[in-house]
Amino acid sequence: MSAPDYYWFLGLERKLDLDLEDLERRFYNLSRRLHPDRFARATATEQQAALENTAILNDAYRALRDPVSRAEYFLKAHGLELGEQESRKTPPELLEEVFELNMVLDEFRQGGAAARPQLEQAHRHLAALREEADAQLGRLFNEYDHAPDGKLLAAIRGLLNRRRYIRNLEAQVERELANVGALPD
Amino acid sequence: MSAPFQIDFGPRRTPVVGIDLGTTNSLVAFMDLTGPAVIPGDDGDRLVPSVVHHGRSGEITVGNPARRLLITEPERTVYSVKRLMGRGVADVREELRLFPFRIAAGSESVIRLELGGRTLTPPEISASILRQLRKNAEAFLGEPVSQAVVTVPAYFNDAQRQATKDAGRIAGLEVLRLVNEPTAAALAYGLDKRKDGIVAVYDLGGGTFDISILKLHEGIFEVLATNGDTHLGGDDIDNLLLRIALEDIASEWGEDVSGDGVAVQLLRRAVVAAKERLSFVPVATIDLEYKGRVYQRELARPQFERLIVDIVDRTLGPCRHCLKDAQVAVEQIDEVVLVGGSTRIPLVRQAVENLFRARPHTELNPEEVVALGAAVQAGILMGAVEDKLLLDVTPLSLGIETMGGVVSKLIHRNSTIPASATEVFTTAVDGQRNVLIHVLQGERELVKDCRSLARFDLKDIEPLPAGMPRIEVRFLIDANGILSVTARDQRTGTEQSVEVKPSYGLTDEQVEAMIRESYERAEEDIRERQTREARVEADRILGAVEKARLHDAWLELSDEEHGAVELALNELLMVYHSTDHLLIRAHIEKLNQATLKLAEVMMSGAVRSALKGTKL
Repeated sequence: MSAPDYYWFLGLERKLDLDLEDLERRFYNLSRRLHPDRFARATATEQQAALENTAILNDAYRALRDPVSRAEYFLKAHGLELGEQESRKTPPELLEEVFELNMVLDEFRQGGAAARPQLEQAHRHLAALREEADAQLGRLFNEYDHAPDGKLLAAIRGLLNRRRYIRNLEAQVERELANVGALPD
Repeated sequence: MSAPFQIDFGPRRTPVVGIDLGTTNSLVAFMDLTGPAVIPGDDGDRLVPSVVHHGRSGEITVGNPARRLLITEPERTVYSVKRLMGRGVADVREELRLFPFRIAAGSESVIRLELGGRTLTPPEISASILRQLRKNAEAFLGEPVSQAVVTVPAYFNDAQRQATKDAGRIAGLEVLRLVNEPTAAALAYGLDKRKDGIVAVYDLGGGTFDISILKLHEGIFEVLATNGDTHLGGDDIDNLLLRIALEDIASEWGEDVSGDGVAVQLLRRAVVAAKERLSFVPVATIDLEYKGRVYQRELARPQFERLIVDIVDRTLGPCRHCLKDAQVAVEQIDEVVLVGGSTRIPLVRQAVENLFRARPHTELNPEEVVALGAAVQAGILMGAVEDKLLLDVTPLSLGIETMGGVVSKLIHRNSTIPASATEVFTTAVDGQRNVLIHVLQGERELVKDCRSLARFDLKDIEPLPAGMPRIEVRFLIDANGILSVTARDQRTGTEQSVEVKPSYGLTDEQVEAMIRESYERAEEDIRERQTREARVEADRILGAVEKARLHDAWLELSDEEHGAVELALNELLMVYHSTDHLLIRAHIEKLNQATLKLAEVMMSGAVRSALKGTKL
């Protein structure tokens, strides 16, 4: 019952850098063939098979379409799990920024609407850091595809943890900014 | 029974109908050769009001007649039951205040309504509506209908979907697929013909609001994201106006009539009429005449709009979330489709136009478009529509309870369905035989803020030291958006038994019991249906024999054989209008027997001529 390899299922080469248009085409074509709607009047066994196959297809497309989840899937297949713990640790190079961000957040929460521009500024900065991580991820994908190497996978894993850390901060700031109730009345 | 003339007709395929089971109105449609079409009821009305009345002698009335009875016997009449589907009493306390329904004890996980001396659950009441729609379809199509596609709000959770499927089963309808209403609407518009692009469907109905964003590509309708509110719709506007009118009356007449069921229903009807008129005229009057007293209040559109602007604004938040989840900017939306009677309100249209900066499609009747789409989906399932395919999503994230009352997400919202996730569980104590998995739906972090879906009990685990058993559990959401769970012992590879305890809704046994009960009550229905089915069967063979008599093979039979066929034919015609289906069936069989020889000759003739036509 263990799920088959997603790359194999979609007929793809085992690469980190994927052509998204090609991936989408494969997804649509396979959907047309496998979807339960095509088997509505077939036997119960065929219907069950259609359900199982389409679930795998959808799970596979979802995992591979997004570069981050693709990298996570790829690492897992190579026995490199991403640790929840790892991504909670503050990357040393971000220590100072996180410290400042926490101060701004405190001020904002205590009703300092004046802190809003600062918080928005911090948000933009975090988004930029995340985009930078994404770009770097793309470069590492490319490098690995050309010359597969365990060290590169370890680098990707480190980068994913850093990215997840940044993304968590970003989401936290977004929640605070959206929370109008935090403003004084 | 094998009918020899089936070769003339091809395999027998009963039609699959599309049903929009709405809060206020329900419709049934089917796929005609020319496209989807709504089937009218015997009163000619295409909308069947979702109102059910239980009479004193147990008779059930549905639709327009029930709506009239709502005024005279409100305590025996239920409306807007869709709002109660898949819910417990705590979920709907707020709206029950405005509903005149009496709730029976034991309504925590399934609401039980007291109705004319009976206790009924929402799926049973919805089943009455479905039965009426089936009857309408059978009368119109002249053949039995036993399978349907039924639509649900996109934002319906697992329990609400399951309750809708249960309603189908109780009504004797196999629900082949639950389709989300906005997706159905997109199908009905056939927007794929125009071009590939991104479409937003804004669906404000009587009781629910949905927004879906779809990507169209060569006949594939891929839902990117959906959002909504299952407690927001035209009913809210009605209730608001009703409350104001009741206050008015209390101060004008010096009497509070809010406890008087008949007065409230009359007034509700008056405010709905005024609301509907305001979509077309600038001023409307709420008119009530009751026990010789008169209440009149003029309502101008600007005033109406000030009253409802908050309700309309509540739809905008879900729209923005949906855009974000779909990762689509407003500028990328190519088309906007409006669905649901409430989108006739000019203020609603204005709000949609402002948000999406596009003039919405309104060519199709917003009250019919969902049923039409359901019929298209029925056509897809029947294999009659081959160029289209719907890829829908699950509206809510699915997760399990972990340590400290935290929810760990397994399948995220807006995942294309079918979707699955696998998780390995083990024991915490030596020799532990059971593991309980609590499954929830929702976006929040904590168990208390999500909706409990069910508890799955992994049973008869092999007694081993703690942490040793490895039970692999697979969570699978099917194309209807309904969850199933299977488990396997990873060490032995054997199937692990799982007991399901749904948090809301009926158990399988309860549904079975309701099906039995409904059969007993609807025995007359069944007899009628069996007669109709027998007549359809008779029509088929009569038609086939008529045709065969013009065939060369007919001349090859003896006079005696001719006589036997004629006799059986006439006998069948004589019993055709009888209400005894067994009698009709018996004569069908007799005609069948009498024509065996004829069929044989025709078959061999067909083989001969087929061989003549081919070069050997």
